[in-house]
Amino acid sequence: MHVLVCGGTGCHASESDKLLSNLKTIVADKGLENDVQVIATGCFGFCEKGPIVKIMPDNTFYTQVKPDDAREIIEEHLIKGRKVNRLLYVNPENKEHISDSKHMGFYKKQLRIALRNCGFIDPENIDEYIAREGYEALGKCLTEMTPQQVIELMKKSGLRGRGGGGFPTGLKWEITSKSVSDVKYVVCNADEGDPGAFMDRSILEGDPHSVIEAMAICGYCIGASNGLVYIRAEYPLAIERLKTAIKQAREYGLLGNNILGTDFNFDIELRYGAGAFVCGEETALIHSMEGKRGEPTMKPPFPSVSGYFEKPTNVNNVETFANVPVIINKGADWFSSIGSEKSKGTKVFALAGKINNVGLIEVPMGTTLREVIYEIGGGIKDGKEFKAVQTGGPSGGCLTKKHLDTPIDYDNLLASGSMMGSGGMIVMDEDDCMVSVAKFYLEFTVEESCGKCTPCRIGNKRLHEILDKLTKGNGTLEDIDRLRNLSKVIKDTALCGLGQTSPNPVLSTIDNFMEEYIEHVTDKKCRAGRCKALMQYHILSENCVGCTACARNCPVNAISGERKGVHTINQEVCIKCGACIEKCKFNAVVIK
Amino acid sequence: MTQVKSLADLRRIKENLQGKMSLREKSNDPESLVQIRVAMATCGIASGAKQVMEFFIEELDKRNIQAVITQTGCMGYCFAEPTVEITLPGQAPVVYGYVNEKKADDIIEKYIKNGELVEGIIPVNYETVQK
Amino acid sequence: METIKINIDNKIVEVAKGSTILEAAKQVGIHIPTLCHLHLHDLNIENKPAGCRICVVEVAGRKNLAPACATECLEGMVINTNNIHVLNARKTVLELILSDHPTDCLICAKNGDCELQSMAQEFGIRKIHYEGEQSTYREDTSPAIIRDVDKCIMCRRCEMMCNEVQTVGVLSAVNRGFMSVVAPAFEMNLDHSECTYCGQCVAVCPTGALTEVDHTNAVIRALADPTKTVVVQTAPAVRAALGEEFGLEPGTLVTGKLAAALRRLGFNYVFDTDFAADLTIMEEGTELLDRLNRHLNGDKNVALPILTSCCPGWVNFFEHQFPEMINIPSTARSPQQMFGAIAKTYFADKIGVKREDLVVVSVMPCLAKKYECQRDEFKTNGNPDVDYSISTRELAHLIKQLNITFNELPDEDFDAPLGESTGAAVIFGTTGGVIEAAVRTAYEVQTGKKLDKVDFQELRGMEFIREATIDFDGLPIKIGIAHGLGNARKLLEEIKAGKSTYHAIEIMACPGGCIGGGGQPLHHGDSSILKARQKAIYSEDASKVIRKSHENRYIVKLYEEFLGKPCGELSHHLLHTHYFDKTVEIKVVE
Repeated sequence: MHVLVCGGTGCHASESDKLLSNLKTIVADKGLENDVQVIATGCFGFCEKGPIVKIMPDNTFYTQVKPDDAREIIEEHLIKGRKVNRLLYVNPENKEHISDSKHMGFYKKQLRIALRNCGFIDPENIDEYIAREGYEALGKCLTEMTPQQVIELMKKSGLRGRGGGGFPTGLKWEITSKSVSDVKYVVCNADEGDPGAFMDRSILEGDPHSVIEAMAICGYCIGASNGLVYIRAEYPLAIERLKTAIKQAREYGLLGNNILGTDFNFDIELRYGAGAFVCGEETALIHSMEGKRGEPTMKPPFPSVSGYFEKPTNVNNVETFANVPVIINKGADWFSSIGSEKSKGTKVFALAGKINNVGLIEVPMGTTLREVIYEIGGGIKDGKEFKAVQTGGPSGGCLTKKHLDTPIDYDNLLASGSMMGSGGMIVMDEDDCMVSVAKFYLEFTVEESCGKCTPCRIGNKRLHEILDKLTKGNGTLEDIDRLRNLSKVIKDTALCGLGQTSPNPVLSTIDNFMEEYIEHVTDKKCRAGRCKALMQYHILSENCVGCTACARNCPVNAISGERKGVHTINQEVCIKCGACIEKCKFNAVVIK
Repeated sequence: MTQVKSLADLRRIKENLQGKMSLREKSNDPESLVQIRVAMATCGIASGAKQVMEFFIEELDKRNIQAVITQTGCMGYCFAEPTVEITLPGQAPVVYGYVNEKKADDIIEKYIKNGELVEGIIPVNYETVQK
Repeated sequence: METIKINIDNKIVEVAKGSTILEAAKQVGIHIPTLCHLHLHDLNIENKPAGCRICVVEVAGRKNLAPACATECLEGMVINTNNIHVLNARKTVLELILSDHPTDCLICAKNGDCELQSMAQEFGIRKIHYEGEQSTYREDTSPAIIRDVDKCIMCRRCEMMCNEVQTVGVLSAVNRGFMSVVAPAFEMNLDHSECTYCGQCVAVCPTGALTEVDHTNAVIRALADPTKTVVVQTAPAVRAALGEEFGLEPGTLVTGKLAAALRRLGFNYVFDTDFAADLTIMEEGTELLDRLNRHLNGDKNVALPILTSCCPGWVNFFEHQFPEMINIPSTARSPQQMFGAIAKTYFADKIGVKREDLVVVSVMPCLAKKYECQRDEFKTNGNPDVDYSISTRELAHLIKQLNITFNELPDEDFDAPLGESTGAAVIFGTTGGVIEAAVRTAYEVQTGKKLDKVDFQELRGMEFIREATIDFDGLPIKIGIAHGLGNARKLLEEIKAGKSTYHAIEIMACPGGCIGGGGQPLHHGDSSILKARQKAIYSEDASKVIRKSHENRYIVKLYEEFLGKPCGELSHHLLHTHYFDKTVEIKVVE
C-alpha cells in the first residue's frame, strides 16, 4: 500500500510536511513499514483543497488533511479498511463524497485533444503514431469523402483558428477551395512568438505527424499539393523532429505522389523564420517566405485569395492543424459537444508566471480562469495573493479577480478586454506592478514592430516613453489621459493585428488598475515595490541595534550611524541595490 | 521501407502495431518489459533529460534489466522537468518529476526492481482523447 | 462598366466597381489627405503601402478606421471622412510623424516644397502632444544624392521607385520598429552601392530625406571669379519644366526666358545642350549605320541591337547590372559630355581661353549627370570637361537668389556657335525622342533620299515599352524603346537570351525620359505634368525650321573646321567613351 502526500508548494504552505512526518512516524510506530510506504509527490494541482493525501491502490482521495488527521487515516483506513468520510472530496454539484479520484471533476478539467500524443508516443517513430490511429483520418478523407464533405465536417465541428484570431477553420478552407488557381498552398504557421508561449513548439516536438497529416487533409480539401511550414529557426528540435517525420511519411508514401493509392499528391517543405514576432501575422509570414521583408500588407486580398506568390494560400496554425485528424476520426458532433457555445473543443495554454504548476495545459473551452489557476495550476506561488492574469501575449490584456469565474473562450476574453491569442497565460501576484507590466509588453511591441505604419512605429514608442516616465515617478495625470487617447488612436489606425492590439496591455491595466497608475503619479508610490525609482529604503529605529552591518556593506556609503546607535540612509545617495536589507539580521531595513 | 498503398493497408499496419504493443503490455515476463518514456521536448532537454535517458539506457543494461526506453514529447509538467514515465507490466504508468541521475538510480533500484514508489511522483492531471 | 453606389459624407456617389474610397471621394470633390500614397496614373506607377495612416476614414460597421487609399468601395458602404473621430485620429497620426521629424524646416533643402510641411500647415498643427525621442541616422552624401534619413517618414515611395520601377534594388526598408528606415543594404553608403543616381527616389520623396547635392554656391563663386570664363549649357527638358518653379502652367515653354535668365546670372556664353544633341546624332547615327551595314553584310563580330548611351543613369545601370553586355551600347558620349569636350577644345581655342580658365556649367533635369561629369574618363589632366552640373530646381533657386524676376524677362536667343540646334535635338528630352532624331538623320544618310515627313508618331507615347518598324526605303528597321530601368531590364534580358529582334533600342532611365528626370521640378504625384512637358517638347520641335541634326549649320561647320568626319579619329577621342564592369561587391561599412 502507498500513501501519497502532496509535496507541492501550495500544500507545503498548509503544513503538508508536518502531515508527512506524522504519517511516517505513525506507520513506524504501528510496525507497518514493510506494508505501507509513505511518500511525498509533486503537486496534484488541487491546491485550493490541499493538503491532499491519496491512498493507493484504491485511489482514495482525501482533501484538506491536517497533520492531526494522520492517525485517523492510518488507524481507520489502513488498518481497519474504513474510509475517513469527513476527509473525502465532496462533489460540489451533488454534495456526495467521492473517494476514487478518477471520478473527480477536477481530473476532467484537462482534456488533451491537440496534445493527445504528446508525452505518449516517440515523435521520431511514425509507427507509434500509426498505432494511435495516425493517418487514418487522411485515409478516410482520401478514399471515403469528397473535399466538400470534409470541409462541411470541419465547418460543423466549429473548430476556430488557434493562432489567436479565432476564424472558423472550415470556412477558411472553403474560401481557399473556391479560389480558382492552378497552384495553391497549405501553410502551417509555426512562428510562435508570444513571450512565454510554447504550445506549438511542444506539439511539433511531441507529435509532428498530426500536423503533417492535417496539412495533407487541408491540401486535399482546397486542391493544393504543396505544403509549407513556416517555423522559427529558434526551434531546432522541432525542426529536426518535423524533418524526420516528413522523411518517414515520404518513405511510407503518406507524402508524395498517389497517396494511399489515390491520385492525390502532396508534399511539405520547411521555411525558416528569423524570429520576428510580426511574421506570425499571415501576410507578413507570406512575405517573409517569399524572401521579402517580413511586413504585413492590407487585407483584402486575403491569403485565401492571393497569398504565397499571389496564389491562394491557406494559413493555419500548428494547434489548429493538430485538432484536425481527431475531428475527422471522431466526428464533428463529438468535437462540438466539447467547449462553449461559440468556441468548440479545447485550447492549449502555456501556463507561466507566479503559479505553482508552470506548464502546458489543455482545457475545454469554457473552463474558468479560476479552474485553470487554482485547480490545474495549483494556485499562486508561495501563498501570495492573485492579482491578474495576462492572456493573449503582447496583444492581450490583463484580467483580474473579477474575471476569475469567466469561462475562457474567444468571445468572453475579447469582451473582457483581452484576447485568446495563441495561448500564453501569465499569472501575476501582489508583487507585480501593473504599470511595469504594461511597460514590459510595450517594450516588446516596440522591439517587434516592423516599422511600416506610423501608429505602431512611433505611437507604440511614445506609449512606452510615457509608461517609462510613470514608472520613474515623473508622470502627470495628463500622461494617463494621453496614454488612453494614443492607445485608442493606435487601435483605430494601425495596419495589422500586431499594431491594432498592441495598446491592449495599456488599456486593460488602466481600466482595471487605475488606482495603481494614479498612485505612481500622485503618491510617487509603487505598491508592488517594482519601480525602483519610486522605492525608498528606510531603517526602523525600533529594530536597529547599530550592528553597522548595513553601513559596512553599502556600496555607496549612503548609510551612517554610530556603533550601537540607530542608523539612517541618505536617500540622495542610495542606489536601491538592496544590500542593506540582505545584511540586516534584525528586519530593521524596510522598503517604503 | 514498404509503402502504405491504401487505407486498408494502413489499418492492417495499425492493427499489427497495436498487437505488438499489447503483446508487450500483456506479457507475463515482468523483467523484460518495463517501459520507460523520457519527455524529450526542448523543456525536458534543457533540464537534463538527455543525460537521464542515457543513464537509464546504460544502467539498465549494466544491471541486466530488460526495458523499452523511448523518448516522447512534452507531458506538460514543465515545472518538474526532466519528467520520466515508468510503466511496470500490468500496472498504471507512474510519472516522476525532477529526475536526475541520483533519482533515476533510486527509481531503478526501488521502483523498477521492487515496485516501491519513490518520492517525486507527478500525479497525472488530464484525460486524453486517445487512450 | 460595373458601378456601385456608396455614401460619402452623406453624398451618394456612383463609382466604378473596384474604386478605392480615395478615388470615390475625389469624384465628389472631397480631398482626403494622403502622404505615403503616390499614383502616377499615366505611367501606371502606384505606391500604396497604406503605411502612413493619414488617409484614414470611418466606415460604418467596421471596428477600426480604414485607409482610404487602399480600401476598396463596396456596395452600400457608408463613409465619413471628417467627423471628430477621424480628425482626432488623423491629427494624432500626423503629430506622431512630426514627433519623429527634425523641425529645422527653415533651413531644410525642401523648405516650401515639402509635403509634410504643407500637411502640418493644412492641419493647423501648433503643438505636438506626443513628443519623445527622435530616430537619428548617419547622413550619407554621394556624388549626386544626399540621404538625410532623419527626415524619412517611411512612405516607401523611393523604395517602390528603386525596386519596382527601376529594379535597381538599392533602397529598401532596414531595421525594425522605431529605427526602421529606408537605406541601402547594411546601411552602406550610396556610392558603395549599385545606385545609378537616376534620382527617381529624390523625385518622389515627400520630405527632405532625399535631395540632390547642391552646386549653386560653386556656380556663384565661378561667376564671380574674374579670371574665369563661364559658359553654360542647358538640356532640352529644362525649358519645358523650369516655368513650373515660377508658377507657370506645366507645359509652358520658357526657352527664351531661360536664355535671358542665364545671361543675367552672368554666364559669359549661354549655350544649349541641344547643339550637342545634334552632334550626338551625327556620331551615334553614324555608328548605328556602320554597325547595321556591317551586320547586314554578314559580319558576325558586329553586335546588334545598338543601344543609345546618352542617359548616364542608364549607363550606370548596365555597368553595374549587365557588365557582360558593356560592348552593346553605342560608345557615343552623352550630349552633356560631348558639349563639355567641344567647349574645352574647339571653343576654348576659338576664344583663346585656356582650358583651366574655362568653366563649363550644365543645367540638367537629371541627377546622374552630377556623377557623370565627375567620371575620370571625362577629365583631362584632372580638369573635367563639365565642371558643375546643376538641376532644373537648383537653377530656379539661383534665379530667385539673384533677384531675377523670371516671368518678366524678355525672350532671348542662345549664343553662337554652341547654341544653335534643330528640332531633332529638343526631342531628346522625352522618351522616344533620341531614336526619332536618329531615324531622321540615319534615314537620309542611309537611303540618300529626303524624308517627306519628319514626325514619327509611332515612336512617341508614354507606354513603358514601345516598338515600331521604320521602312528605310525597303529596308525594315526594327526599333525598340524603353523608359524606366525596369523596362530597360526586360529588353536587356531579351538580348541576353538571344531573343531580341531589334536593330536599335533607345533607353532612358527615368519614366517619361528627361522630362521626368530626378532634377526636375517636383510633380508631387501628378503625372499630367509629365504629359504636359512632353507635349511642350514636341511643340518646340514642330516650331523649328530645321528639324534634322545633320542640317544644323554649326554642326556641319564643326566637322569642317575641327572634327573631320563623324566617328573619325578626333571624334573617337573627344566624343566617344568606353564602359566599365562596376559589379558591386557588398561590403559592410561600419
